[in-house]
Amino acid sequence: MQRITREAGFRAREDRLKDLLVRGLAGDNAAYQVFLTELSAHLRAFLRRRLVSLPDEIEDLVQETLLAVHNQRHTYDSDQPLSAWVQAIARYKLVDLFRRRAGHEQLNDPLDEEMELFTTADSEAAEARRDLNKLLADLPDQLRLPIMHTKLEGLSVKETAEITGMSESAIKVGVHRGLKALAAKIRGIA
Amino acid sequence: MKTEDLITMLATGAGAVAQPAAAQRYAVALGWGAAGATLLVLLLLQVRHDLAQALLLPMFWVKVGFVASLAAGSLFAVLRLSRPGAEINWVPVALTLPVLGIWAIAAFALIEAEPIERSTLFYGDTWKSCPLLIAVLSVPVFAAVLRTMKGLAPTRPRLAGFAAGLLSGSVAAVVYSLHCPEMGAPFVAFWYLLGTLIPAGVGALLGNAVLRW
Repeated sequence: MQRITREAGFRAREDRLKDLLVRGLAGDNAAYQVFLTELSAHLRAFLRRRLVSLPDEIEDLVQETLLAVHNQRHTYDSDQPLSAWVQAIARYKLVDLFRRRAGHEQLNDPLDEEMELFTTADSEAAEARRDLNKLLADLPDQLRLPIMHTKLEGLSVKETAEITGMSESAIKVGVHRGLKALAAKIRGIA
Repeated sequence: MKTEDLITMLATGAGAVAQPAAAQRYAVALGWGAAGATLLVLLLLQVRHDLAQALLLPMFWVKVGFVASLAAGSLFAVLRLSRPGAEINWVPVALTLPVLGIWAIAAFALIEAEPIERSTLFYGDTWKSCPLLIAVLSVPVFAAVLRTMKGLAPTRPRLAGFAAGLLSGSVAAVVYSLHCPEMGAPFVAFWYLLGTLIPAGVGALLGNAVLRW
C-alpha cells in the first residue's frame, strides 16, 4: 500500500515537472522558472544523500547541475521520462566532482582533517561557496555583456543589442556560449 | 550567487528551444566528415579503376552493406549516448548484428573454398595497409562527430567515445571501398572490422578527457 502511494507520488511529480519543462522549452519562461525551482529542491535532496561526507559541496553541485540542465535542455526528448534525463545529468555531475576531488587530493595532503568538526555546519551548506558572480565577471565582454543585460537586468535582446552595439544574433550566441563558458569555469577548465 | 538568483538568471529571457536537433547535427557532421574522407581518397589513394564493374558484383554490395549497417548501428548508439538517461539496451544488439552477419558470410565463404585458397580469401593483397588506411580516412569524420557530441550531453563518455570512433571508422570504411580492390568476405570481416576498431579504441581512450561538459 505504501509502495503504491509512493509510486503515485513519483508519477504525479514526474508529470508535473515534465509539463513545466515542456512549456518552458516552448518559450514559457515563468513555467521554466517554476520547473528549475522545484527541480533544485529535488536535486538538493538527491545530492545530500550522496554527499554525506562532503556537505559543503551540496549547494555548489546543485548550482552546477542546474546550469548543466539549462545548457543541455535541448537534449531533452519529451518522449523520454524526465526523471531519467535529470538523474543521468545529476549523476554525471556527481561523478565529475569526485573525479576532480580525487585529482586535487593527490596533489594536496588533507592536513586540515582535525579542523573538520568546526568547519562543517549545516547552515553553511545552504550557501554555495563558489560565487558565480565572480566567475561571470571574469568572462570576456562579448560573453559577459549579453548575460548581464538579458539575464540579470532582464532587458530584451533588441535593447541589449542597442546598448552594446552588438548584433542581435551575437547577443543570443553570447548568452549561449557565455553560460557554457561559465560551466567550464566551474569545472576549472577555462 | 544564491541558487534562487541563479534560477532567476537562467529563466530570464530563456525563450523557446528547438526540440532534439541531434540527428540533424550529426547528419551535417557526417556529411562534412565523409566529404573529407572522399577528398583524402582522391588525393592520397585513387578510386579503383574497375569500380564500374565492381558495382555489378554482389560481393561489392555485401562489403558496403556490412560497413554501412555498422555505420547505421553506431549512429543509433551515438544518438542514444548523446542524450542523458536515454535507453541503451539495444545498443549492443545494433553494434553486433552487422558483425555477426559478415562473420556468417565469411565462415560460409571459407568453408566453401578450396583449402589452398583460404589464406588468399583472408589476407587478400592489402591486409597490411587496409586497417591503417581506414583509420586515417576516419580522422575527418571522427573530428566532426566528436565536435558534435561535445555540444550534446554524453553522460557515459568512454562508451560515447567508442561509439563515435566506430561511427567514424565505419563511415570511413564505406568511403574506402571506393578504393579497396578486395572482394573476399573473410578479408572484410576481419581487416575492415579491425580498421573501424582503431578509431573506436582511440575514442574510448579519449572519451573521458574530450567529452566532458
